[in-house]
Amino acid sequence: MSDAVIELAGLTKAYNVGTPVEAEVLHGIDLSLAQGEFAALIGPSGSGKSTLLNIIGLLERPTGGRLSIGGRDTAALSEAEITALRGRSIGFVFQFHHLLPAFSALENVMMPTIIARGAPDDEAEATALQLLDAVGLKAHAHKKPAELSGGQQQRVAIARALALRPRLILADEPTGNLDTHTADDIFALLREFNRQTACACLIVTHDPRLAARCDRTIQLVDGRIAADG
Amino acid sequence: MQTLLILAGTTGGVAVIVFLTQLITQLQAQIVDRVLGTQPHVVIRPLEEANRRAFDDPASAVVIEPRAQRLRSVDQWENVARLAAAMPGVTAVSPTVTGPAFAVRGQANKSVALMGIDAERYRRIVRMEEYMVAGRFAVDGTRAVIGSELAKDLGIRLEDKLRVALPNGRDELLQVGGIFDIGNKDLNRRWVFVTLPLGQSLLDLPGGVSNLDLTVADIFDAQAIATRLQGATGLTVDSWMQTNAQLLAALRNQTVSNNLIRSFVIVIVALGIASVLVVSVVQKQKEIGILRAMGASRAMILQVFLIQGALVGAVGSILGSLLAFGLLNMFSAIYRNADGSPLFAAELEPRFIVLAALVATGVGLASALIPARRAAKMDPVQAIRS
Repeated sequence: MSDAVIELAGLTKAYNVGTPVEAEVLHGIDLSLAQGEFAALIGPSGSGKSTLLNIIGLLERPTGGRLSIGGRDTAALSEAEITALRGRSIGFVFQFHHLLPAFSALENVMMPTIIARGAPDDEAEATALQLLDAVGLKAHAHKKPAELSGGQQQRVAIARALALRPRLILADEPTGNLDTHTADDIFALLREFNRQTACACLIVTHDPRLAARCDRTIQLVDGRIAADG
Repeated sequence: MQTLLILAGTTGGVAVIVFLTQLITQLQAQIVDRVLGTQPHVVIRPLEEANRRAFDDPASAVVIEPRAQRLRSVDQWENVARLAAAMPGVTAVSPTVTGPAFAVRGQANKSVALMGIDAERYRRIVRMEEYMVAGRFAVDGTRAVIGSELAKDLGIRLEDKLRVALPNGRDELLQVGGIFDIGNKDLNRRWVFVTLPLGQSLLDLPGGVSNLDLTVADIFDAQAIATRLQGATGLTVDSWMQTNAQLLAALRNQTVSNNLIRSFVIVIVALGIASVLVVSVVQKQKEIGILRAMGASRAMILQVFLIQGALVGAVGSILGSLLAFGLLNMFSAIYRNADGSPLFAAELEPRFIVLAALVATGVGLASALIPARRAAKMDPVQAIRS
């Protein structure tokens, strides 16, 4: 399993631990994602999809079990190391693009690099332009997010997620608020990058049509993996 | 928008502080300068004479009458002058013999204070040459310098003759070699400067001086120097700070109230910056979460808000200093002295600007601390979801 990008073993997550309202939302998840894998994570609302994605994305810490990213056990890492690992190896695409409204599309795509290196440089700009070109938005590089359409915003968000060539792309309903035609475009774009860069993709979606086009579908029901394949 | 508002607030606050500080510093310096323009910083006089009981019998009821003070010389004044001149902080020593006299011309006579001085040395106590309206500040033989009011009262012009008569029966015919206007009518009417030897002989104090006048480097050291001199000589030593205790107390009160105003303004500005940043942290919740998801550390988020606070302070202090400069210009054009000269100069000392910039940036940083920590602690998941 040397090529496993992420590996989860017996992972649990509970909220309000130690209080009368303690609630476990994930009950022992075993899951691994290999390099270049393109997987859909599906399941009804409240099944724990988002929580699982946040934990894999190192935005939340699990209550129990093991989570390894690129072979590194994350439990032993400090807050600062977690932050650095997240910045370097994981790209997020959210349901609502979550672009920074004060910055242009180009600056938004450069942001992860700026954060990682501490300052903008020519290389970061060149890479960002290249990525915007790849998502077909080179002409809109200097527009603010508010001047772009929903599909365009999501394309910028994908370009941003790819800025640091992460090993893992996590997408939380990336096409959730787009029309089917645009949704197909976005999905195709993710798929294309997945093929080009061999990054692993985990996409949370409600859309069975999209899930069917993934290599693998992981179904989560009530905090347990109900189906995987 | 909020940033603009709080920037305006900070600008106003800094302007008030810089303006007040500059104004009060200048006015105080002027008042002190004016007061000390006509008097020595420290004066050494002989001890006052007092009657003592010959027999110390506690059972006897005795009333001790205070003695009238004769005009006496400072004992061994040359030695005392040398000692005073050698004291650190003392920049000039001038012996003076002074006593009452009448200035007589024709039928008119005026009571004056005869001042026997060494003009060269006295100049370093009171900058007489700056006050001369006619002639020069120099005494020699029977040449004397008198004030403008006395000259007017007796109808005297430069090189005219003037007789001084003393209570002890001596008199002398003086020639007026200079007329001064020291800015104080009373002194312009009373001071008659003659040479030290002439003063000594007229006042019956051959070789003696009635007091030693001192100039010190730092005027606020005057009291400490006076105390030390008193200990060293056993003579009466008064500093301007004792002679003008009321003025000094007034200046101190002014400084205290000025400090109070400044402190309140600083607190208000700090609260303003802090409250704007608190709101801004809540508004920027989502952006903070996105940045965190992209790998920004807590420290980075903290920095962003601290820098924002410091920037508001720094920019506010620059704008505030400009505003203060404008105010100073305006007020100095409006408020003028009796003689029409501006009450204060419309200048801003660079050290006040630097100080204001430092304080404002520091206050900005400090007031950003709580909001910034709040931002840094924010849970990125919560932030993104909201």
